[in-house]
Amino acid sequence: MDASSISPTLLIASLIVASTPIMLAAIGELVVERAGVLNLGVEGMMITGAICGFIVAYETGSPTYGVIASILGGAALSLIFAILTQFFLANQVASGLALTLFGLGFSALIGKGYTGITPPDLSSPNLGFLTEIPFLGTMLFKHDYLVYLAVAVVLLVSIFLRYTRQGLILRAVGEDHSSAHALGYKVIRVRVLAILFGGGCAGLGGAYISLIRVPQWAEGMTHGAGWIALAIVVFASWKPLRILFGAWLFGGLTVLQLNLQAAGVTKINLILFEIPLQVQYLTMAPYLITILVLVLMSARALSNAPGSLGKSFHVSS
Amino acid sequence: MILTKGRIMKVFKILSLGMALLTGIIIAISGTTVTAEPVKVGFIYIGPPGDHGWTYRHDIGRKDIEAHFGDAVETTFQENVPEGPDAVRAITQMALSGHDLIFTTSYGYMDQTLAVAKKFPNVKFEHATGWKTADNVSNYGLKLYQSRHVQGVIAGLMTKTNKICYVASFPIPEVIREINTFYLGAKTQNPNAELQIVWVYTWYDPGKEADAAQAMIDNGCDVITQHTDSPAPLVTAEKAGLVGFGQASDQTPFAPNAQLTGTIDNWSPYYIDRVQAVIDGTWEGHGTYFGDISEGAVGMAPFANMPQNVMDIAMDVRAKITNGTYFAFTGPLKDQSGTLRLKDGEVADRAMLDTMDWYVEGITAKYPD
Amino acid sequence: MNWRTVPRIIWLIIDPFSVSLEKRSEPSKIWTALTPVLAVIFTMIAGGLLFMMLGKDPFLALKVMFWDPIFGEMSFYFRPQLLVKAAPLILIALGLSIGFRAGIWNIGAEGQYIIGAICGASVALAFYPYESVFIFPLMILAGGIGGWVWAMIPALLRTKFNTNEILVSLMLVYVAEQILNSLAIGLLRNPEGNGFPGSRNLQDYASASNLEIWTGTGAHWGVILALGFAVGFYILMNQHLLGFQTKLTGQSPRAAKFSGISPNLLIVICLGLSGMLAGLAGLFEVSGPSGQITIGFNVGYGFTAIIVAFLGRLHPIGIVLAGLLMALTYIGGELAQMQLALPAAAIQAFQGMLLFFLLALDVLSNYRFNFKFRKAS
Repeated sequence: MDASSISPTLLIASLIVASTPIMLAAIGELVVERAGVLNLGVEGMMITGAICGFIVAYETGSPTYGVIASILGGAALSLIFAILTQFFLANQVASGLALTLFGLGFSALIGKGYTGITPPDLSSPNLGFLTEIPFLGTMLFKHDYLVYLAVAVVLLVSIFLRYTRQGLILRAVGEDHSSAHALGYKVIRVRVLAILFGGGCAGLGGAYISLIRVPQWAEGMTHGAGWIALAIVVFASWKPLRILFGAWLFGGLTVLQLNLQAAGVTKINLILFEIPLQVQYLTMAPYLITILVLVLMSARALSNAPGSLGKSFHVSS
Repeated sequence: MILTKGRIMKVFKILSLGMALLTGIIIAISGTTVTAEPVKVGFIYIGPPGDHGWTYRHDIGRKDIEAHFGDAVETTFQENVPEGPDAVRAITQMALSGHDLIFTTSYGYMDQTLAVAKKFPNVKFEHATGWKTADNVSNYGLKLYQSRHVQGVIAGLMTKTNKICYVASFPIPEVIREINTFYLGAKTQNPNAELQIVWVYTWYDPGKEADAAQAMIDNGCDVITQHTDSPAPLVTAEKAGLVGFGQASDQTPFAPNAQLTGTIDNWSPYYIDRVQAVIDGTWEGHGTYFGDISEGAVGMAPFANMPQNVMDIAMDVRAKITNGTYFAFTGPLKDQSGTLRLKDGEVADRAMLDTMDWYVEGITAKYPD
Repeated sequence: MNWRTVPRIIWLIIDPFSVSLEKRSEPSKIWTALTPVLAVIFTMIAGGLLFMMLGKDPFLALKVMFWDPIFGEMSFYFRPQLLVKAAPLILIALGLSIGFRAGIWNIGAEGQYIIGAICGASVALAFYPYESVFIFPLMILAGGIGGWVWAMIPALLRTKFNTNEILVSLMLVYVAEQILNSLAIGLLRNPEGNGFPGSRNLQDYASASNLEIWTGTGAHWGVILALGFAVGFYILMNQHLLGFQTKLTGQSPRAAKFSGISPNLLIVICLGLSGMLAGLAGLFEVSGPSGQITIGFNVGYGFTAIIVAFLGRLHPIGIVLAGLLMALTYIGGELAQMQLALPAAAIQAFQGMLLFFLLALDVLSNYRFNFKFRKAS
């Protein structure tokens, strides 16, 4: 068997599906970090969204309600983080980790009776003739609503941050919260709203996994997707459009690894020498590439990290 | 009344008779209260009973014990116990709290079960799918490969693309031998069948299992089987309009149009047997039970979603395996590298099955290392 | 009367008493010691409510979780288990606390734990089956160096390229996990293991095993070292210059720079130290309670230790107590699982809540509530 049995169109189609949850979580976290807050609780918010969406979708029979519930669930969990870090001025790193831990435990608890059930199917938009296009049809136009929604969210965030006044305020708050406050901007309010947005997006990403991709509920089913989303934000240098590439890269490597295994490809022939492809090396690759990108970006004198990232804002009156 | 010797002897006799009767009654009563104390049976699960796969079937075994013995037996269980020191603690807890018989239902509990068994010589342990035993530790497993072979036969007949795929968990002998027998079954019906294998390195992870199945479907395969515990690969097959096999339990509710059949682990006969042995006092360690399809220990879900001629051939092969006239691992059999493993007419013994670490000839996938 | 009346009345009452937070010049010592206790109490209340919602008797559940492991009928078995479970948490948390004080966030302790275990186990397996009293010390050395090296990666990337150490150390956790899986199936696999993944069990190999030193206490070398390091760090933090330097860097990086502290050196020392301790914890686990290098060997101690560090207020003695408390939640949780059918996930939720309450209450030790009574205008 060789790599020729891998169909590029199907591979890219799978890649797009695999990248959607992390894309959603990453764009949410990007907004949060641009506002100057580092929320490490993405994993907890994703899994909470996954179980909330699953339970509501299953109980009401409507996947749409499930999707809405997942956004609310993720946002509700992030509200705890918002209160802790913005009002109680708690350490952001610790708060985020506590959020992840609590989210994982809490979701497993309420999800107890829901293992082994198939949720109602979320229908895909029928894009008619677009799906008939050779290659591009299967690659791009046969997906479900959330795939397109994810890309739309990324584009909207990009426009928001760059061209709207509110986006400017958010960026200002993230760069230098003291100056923003002096200018009269409500730092705390902006940050809380950003955190809630991040929570909602992460919850939606989680619901994608439990309602569409698998679709089933299992404890801890996000398997570190939240941490990957954090890496994607840095990989994208906090620029929204680059989130697309980051998500595709990570999603793609996971899918590629499975496809290579299925096709029985175990080595890459590079004329002079062979690289053996063990499953574990392929699985490692996205993380190593992220580190490489991190190094390359920080090596350049300009770092794009928001100036106030991770610092608590407190008005001393 | 004058106390004569005769009268004293009479009183003495009545008193001693009374005492004897009383003692007898007391012994009888305490005897019945002793036997009325239920036998405590504990289960250590690797996953949740809600996995609708491996643990689910063990839990059914546990429930069947309760149904069969009623008040005479009390069962408890602990789920999601990770293999390692936490398992030692969980098993020890059960032993400390008065359990008479403990079932540890995963290979990875082997060393831990033995370690605890050494400390509690009066407690009896049953370990699933391992190989180490002791005076108070028995082994048990099922010949699941028998069902798997029939599945291979069906797969060979049902595939239109000649690509059949396998979502595999860990490269351990029990998984390898099932891959081999599956392939052998397919090859008897379809010499052109090609086997794709993806290793997910987990027993239960619906997300990974679904992804693996999808990747193989994208690569052209149209019949899916798995050695992992969730219905995810089958659901993925159903979504793609393809067919496949359930694992460990009948997963038709998840994939009514996709499931051709599936292996059903039936632990209940063995479990009831062993609990009875504990009650009767005849339980012995060093057991190496290997449940056979003919005993009903290995079941198969009703054949469905296949044309009649396929069903007939499959039933025929199944009947031959059940009555012992056919065994897939019969020589001449070569492995992937061409080495002859079984001579003409030779049949694989338990040792070879338990230590199988090679693919049969014809499988083109590389053996994981 | 309309729907706005009630909020208006409430606001009228609250507004004159508006509350603001005023930063204390120095963290209040009383509150710093009191907050963990309060946090535990609040968590028990919240946890009790959670158990009630799950249909369990909250008092019984709390008793089984917190009382029984220490004083109950089977506590002779569980008390030593507390030490066994707490030792790696304490070791790792001690290392992390030094960095955290200075604002150096090593989130990748889990990866350093894994690499330390791999290095130590590899040394042991290389010598198998020879017996010698030198093997175990060599393993300790290997484990410490392994963890140290793995932590040096984020350290060097931070000092040379100013790369964020949180993300690098975190990514390396996943890389370490894959290396673990690869070795468990490949190079380190037990040749007599019937093809199953996992290395030889080190507890069967006398020179390499990390067994209880005094039977029934659960105290293995990891426990001894954990307590030893705790005392050592206490002295280090209070008497040695490093303690001063880390505290200053954490509170005011610019002042630290002016006072001549080399930030790069501090980063290397802090990350290196925490990596080494995490590696040691991994080594003691793999040669002791866990026994073998296998898939799923790591169970998240590296992350739980972060919580232990915070719970212990980054103070060595506090960390020992916090580690024991965390171990209690694990062991008590397992007991509750078996006796009350309480789901395993309840423990995680419980631990998360504990940290939430602690972080919320922390505000009391760093800030003062200022009640300003304003005249209604």
